[in-house]
Amino acid sequence: MPKPADFDKLTPAQKLEARLAAWQNHEGIEFADKEKENEYRFRAQILADVVKLRKPARVPVLIATGFYPFPYAGYTCRDAMYDYDKLGKAMMKFHADFEPDAVASPGLYGPGKAFEVLDYKLYHWPGHGVPETTSYQCAEAEYMKGDEYPDFLKDPSDYFLRFYLPRVFGALEPLKELPPFTNLQELPFVGPGIFHFGLPHIQDALKKLMKAGEISLEWFTRVVEIEKNIITSLGMPKFQGAFSKAPMDVPGDTMRGTKQILLDKFRKPNEIIAASERCAQLMLDMGVRNSVWGGPPTVFFPLHKGADSFMSPADFKKFYWPSLKTVMLGLIKEGLIPFMFVEGSYNQRLDIITDPDIPAGTTIWYFDKTDMKEVRKRLQGWACFSGNFPSSLLKTGTVDQVRSHCRQLLDDLAGDGGYYMVNGAVLDEAIPENLHAYVETVKEYEI
Amino acid sequence: MSKELIDAVVDMREEDAVKIAEDLLNSGANPMGVLDDCREALGIIGSRFAAGECFVPELILAGEMLRQIATLARPRIQQSGSAPQQKLGRIVFGTVEGDIHDIAKDIVVFMLDINGFEVMDLGVDVPAAKFVEAVREFKPQVVGLSGFLTLAYDPMKNTVQALKDAGLRDSVKIMIGGGQMDDQVAAYAKADAYGKDAMAAVTLAKGWVGAK
Repeated sequence: MPKPADFDKLTPAQKLEARLAAWQNHEGIEFADKEKENEYRFRAQILADVVKLRKPARVPVLIATGFYPFPYAGYTCRDAMYDYDKLGKAMMKFHADFEPDAVASPGLYGPGKAFEVLDYKLYHWPGHGVPETTSYQCAEAEYMKGDEYPDFLKDPSDYFLRFYLPRVFGALEPLKELPPFTNLQELPFVGPGIFHFGLPHIQDALKKLMKAGEISLEWFTRVVEIEKNIITSLGMPKFQGAFSKAPMDVPGDTMRGTKQILLDKFRKPNEIIAASERCAQLMLDMGVRNSVWGGPPTVFFPLHKGADSFMSPADFKKFYWPSLKTVMLGLIKEGLIPFMFVEGSYNQRLDIITDPDIPAGTTIWYFDKTDMKEVRKRLQGWACFSGNFPSSLLKTGTVDQVRSHCRQLLDDLAGDGGYYMVNGAVLDEAIPENLHAYVETVKEYEI
Repeated sequence: MSKELIDAVVDMREEDAVKIAEDLLNSGANPMGVLDDCREALGIIGSRFAAGECFVPELILAGEMLRQIATLARPRIQQSGSAPQQKLGRIVFGTVEGDIHDIAKDIVVFMLDINGFEVMDLGVDVPAAKFVEAVREFKPQVVGLSGFLTLAYDPMKNTVQALKDAGLRDSVKIMIGGGQMDDQVAAYAKADAYGKDAMAAVTLAKGWVGAK
């Protein structure tokens, strides 16, 4: 079904229904055969059921996937970022062999060559700072200096172009010399405002950016193709749609870094709050803009600096939650589903996140290490919840341990619907038999 | 003892704490006494952390305050020739091979240090052979293996095995910790224990060296 002409006039609840229906009806997707189409519809239905807090025909089972498909297929983690044939083969084999209820994105790994061209400093990736058999890892630093909050607040895009990006991409360092684009006012301002683009070293930076763009375009084209192949040949829907971030994680994760943002909480509390408020609209726009009609109407948030260990509940309420709630409510208004991945734990935040301003059946909460019995107590009937199957068990446990832990979680959590199974942290390592046991146990479970 | 200094550190008043310490040192206070006050304050913060009343940012800021105050006190300690504090034991600590995460490791190393241990910090992405070499030379009672990712499981196991192969396994107790670690991983790696946070690491290490 195409996007309704009067979509903008619909209520948030109607928008959500329209988006869910377009996704379940696989707008724009042709399947290999009718059987695969039916499988897609069944999986999308049970996922939609749990999002809408209904009891599904069976509990959906997902695999939060990191680099695991590559060692499983006999490849390295580096292959995932450099060899798109191997990327496609490994992702297809992984999905065909384990048959989870949703597609793990082949877009997670990124184009390694583009990162090389850009001299990307923010991450170490396989074969480039960490071993070829290891996932990429963030190399935190103060890419935004402590006294630069006012510059960021004044104009975040200008700050990114002329300060932040020249620091995280070595190849773009010359861009720090550019004047702001807002200088380009009347005719006499244009020449002085753009002559920098004639300077050889700035042209060189732009050429590298264009080169990285070409590489990324080729990569992106392949990723879309790989994903489409998995969906159509295996009858598996995507469940993660767009992507956004908690506003405080914007300065916290990649600009100031963990240690500095946690110190800023004491040294620059007002600046953190101002930056988070400034980022709220940007993160809302990102979530809405990247949502595709016919795709899953979810917007995925990896939540970082608000975890239990990083601040008190009072500080969570003061620093982290208000701007995050603004973004969530904005997405819900657009008929989109905030899909919150709580990394670490939220044991001390469950009464804060179950905010009465957030309507029931409009969010998904996916937990890493939070106590799931407490989660059920607080979230049941209000939001879809999932997670906390220990990734450690998939790698270091036995098949029997995996089965028994799965059954225990299902007994504890699945009874009233609104729940699906997923491992707590993205999977880089596992014993294949354990992963099969994990998927099978959930699929066999009767609710 | 300066209650004023202890309170300032415990209450996370960074500027006050550094200023009070500086004034004390300038007025001729014993620099070891000033550091003892800081240690007492850190003990209170550690207990609050263990009780879930304060959090990682407080530990990091406490570390920052202590670093600044120690920088002020150190030249005066050298002048006065005060004897170094008796240590509870020695610990070799590092993030295992393939993992470059250092924040949690740094906090644990700091808390072990402040609680009276002599810690050799090997840094991040530490190969098993480097742990073996450090254990052989430094002769610790305890080895701490840190790792954030699931990819750290095997390097942890390999490190324990390498210590065994070198005939050093029985001379040390081994603890693991970090993001995706748990008791299950400790058993897999054949470590002696998993510690869920910095204070758990202190408790484990103290237990192993027979300290209170």
